[in-house]
Amino acid sequence: MDFSLNDEQRMLDETVSRVIREEYGFEQRRGFAGEPDGFSAANWSLFAELGLLAIPFAEENGGFGGGGVELMIVQRAFGRGLVLEPYLASVVLGGGLVEQLGSPAQRERLLSPLLAGKSRLALAWAEPEGRYDHLAVATRAERDSDGYRLSGLKAVVLHGDSADRLLVTARTAGGPTGRAGLSVFLVDSAQPGVGVRGYATIDGLRAAEIRLDDVRVGADALLGPEGGAADALETVLTLGCAALCAEAVGVMEAACELTLDYLKTRQQFGAPIGRFQALQHRMVDMRIALEQAQSMAIFAACSLGLPGAERDRRIAAAKVVIGNSGRFVAEQAIQLHGGMGMTDEAMVSHLAKRLVMIDHHLGDVDHHLGRFVALSD
Amino acid sequence: MDITYTAEERAFRDEVRRFLHDRLPADIAAKVREGKRVTREDHVRWQSILAEQGWFAVHWPKQYGGTGWTPIQRHIFDEEYASAHAPYLVPFGVSMVGPVIIKFGTEEQKRRYLPRILSQEDWWCQGYSEPGAGSDLASVKTRAVRDGDHYVVNGQKTWTTLGQYANMMFCLARTDPTAKQQEGISFLLIDMDTPGVTVRPIITLDGAHEVNEVFLDDVRVPVEDRVGEEGKGWTCAKFLLTYERTGIAGVGHAKQALAHLKDVARHQTANGRPLYEDPLFRARIAEVEVDLMALEMTNLRVISAAQNGGVPGAESSMLKVRGTEIRQAITDLLRRAVGPYALPFLPEALEGGWDGEPVGPDYAAPLSAQYFNRRKLSIYGGSNEIQKNIIAKMILGL
Repeated sequence: MDFSLNDEQRMLDETVSRVIREEYGFEQRRGFAGEPDGFSAANWSLFAELGLLAIPFAEENGGFGGGGVELMIVQRAFGRGLVLEPYLASVVLGGGLVEQLGSPAQRERLLSPLLAGKSRLALAWAEPEGRYDHLAVATRAERDSDGYRLSGLKAVVLHGDSADRLLVTARTAGGPTGRAGLSVFLVDSAQPGVGVRGYATIDGLRAAEIRLDDVRVGADALLGPEGGAADALETVLTLGCAALCAEAVGVMEAACELTLDYLKTRQQFGAPIGRFQALQHRMVDMRIALEQAQSMAIFAACSLGLPGAERDRRIAAAKVVIGNSGRFVAEQAIQLHGGMGMTDEAMVSHLAKRLVMIDHHLGDVDHHLGRFVALSD
Repeated sequence: MDITYTAEERAFRDEVRRFLHDRLPADIAAKVREGKRVTREDHVRWQSILAEQGWFAVHWPKQYGGTGWTPIQRHIFDEEYASAHAPYLVPFGVSMVGPVIIKFGTEEQKRRYLPRILSQEDWWCQGYSEPGAGSDLASVKTRAVRDGDHYVVNGQKTWTTLGQYANMMFCLARTDPTAKQQEGISFLLIDMDTPGVTVRPIITLDGAHEVNEVFLDDVRVPVEDRVGEEGKGWTCAKFLLTYERTGIAGVGHAKQALAHLKDVARHQTANGRPLYEDPLFRARIAEVEVDLMALEMTNLRVISAAQNGGVPGAESSMLKVRGTEIRQAITDLLRRAVGPYALPFLPEALEGGWDGEPVGPDYAAPLSAQYFNRRKLSIYGGSNEIQKNIIAKMILGL
């Protein structure tokens, strides 16, 4: 039992925390959001230079061999700054799936430019009728003479509008919900037949609806075994959940700090409003929720290496606690800021939006509660 | 970072488990499992077995008969203890007055009282709360007036848990009425057989006789039974209230209650299938289970910090708030699990050895009473609102 960071992890924490503190002020962030892709190209290069994009990959793939704890450190710091750059979409989910499924040649071709900050991936796994079910895939991949033809609709693809390459789940066999027959293809965003409709999300990020209309890809676009991608996809979505848990903790920390500061400075009835017990107890409840969330982010980070079912059960539990505590902290942070919490000008409203929206990524509280039940005896 | 136990810790857990399996009397474990009332004799019999093993005063220094266990070992012990259905360890001697005597007592007091705690000769009760001093403990009114080499004590104590079994009471009394609130209080040890001590039962809403009122009328207490200096009793009181609180989350109890809840839900039928398979009820169980997982991790973080020499402060208040909320949520679900059979109330069915005809399933009998009884969790030991005040002040600086 040891909850401390080792020396390398502490250095990573210091590095990434310093970047966020010095380069990611709330006003600077507004500027980043105004860039064409909805985030800062310069920051992305900086992350690459600092090696942050290489953190979760194995050394044989040019990475640092970081595990759940390293990912937690990065994502938590990113959460504190409400980072806009597509780390989750491109590195954790996109790169993660390439590492899981790709052949040595595919890994070399895709991961090198990704880690260098020169290429960005997005993972198109969800579909309009599929809600949070990663197996509900109606997109078809039909065998063609020398490859496949893909048709279907992909929903709310995180940073799908700025990625140059898409990883698309599609059925090569089987019905629309089974594990068997699920395959992953690499699709160039600029390819004929690929329709990308990008849009803003309410928490300041970008996403896209993606239409695949008889898109022809070569046989080398298939990642991993044909029809056998479900396990790898689940491993990567689980990693994504752990990353979201850690990010949420960072956002909650920032929300709690800002709110506590507001309670100590805002004056009403001749006293700082933090003197009033009703508000104190709300703030205490936020702080308790943060601690519980923090515990589950650690729990998730340390459970990624377990066998599939137990890993998934624990990740589901973590995502439930994070979803509930995140929404609670978001709502209370707005409430305690009063009218100011309702404004676009105040950072707390942006923190609150991200916290609530994290629950809509990779499965919400109800989805994961259902999974937790299904995976418990 | 590593959230698993070491090989030595796992070996220790196996040792504890084996001991509990071999030595915990089956009739006592059955009472705990079935929610029946545990008698004074049961407590004494079991605590004597623990003491014989050297595992009764778990957190005392070794020289006084403690174990020298690390915080993690103590946590493992607590968990195994609860999951074996061992009875509630009566804390007033071993966990409350014992540590105070070790910290503030004279050599004579240590020699006299500590062995009697270990041998179960003394059953202590707590004389803290008064009718006018609950959460605001420093406002005690009980007076102790010096008369030669005695104090003459007058006042009333209340919520005295299991005071009907006790022969000794530790007591806060005001020795200097002119001093400011927290000053002028002294910490006295009172023999319950002294003339002027009267114990009267308070029957709680679950029909139990667990707490009492204690009346003190001209009770003469030898001055040598004062612990610490005169007027410095508040220091003892505060020490006692913050001592050894890493177990305050009650994770072991909650896990055991959750397992019982699942068991009950498997035996109950709803809409033609086990209640455990009812999606709505199953989701309610899952919600409390994930909250308990989070609490367990938080508890382990605090314990691990203590293991590395940190002193848990207001973190204990967080554990108390969350732990009691979760334990109350589980007892709420236990009551709801049995549906209409939550209604029948047969107090005799809660006594060990009762062999009458149960109304409804036998496991249903104690569940409503327990639900009402556990409402106390968020009131005693500093109400949850007081805990939040502590967190607001100590952690948040409000």
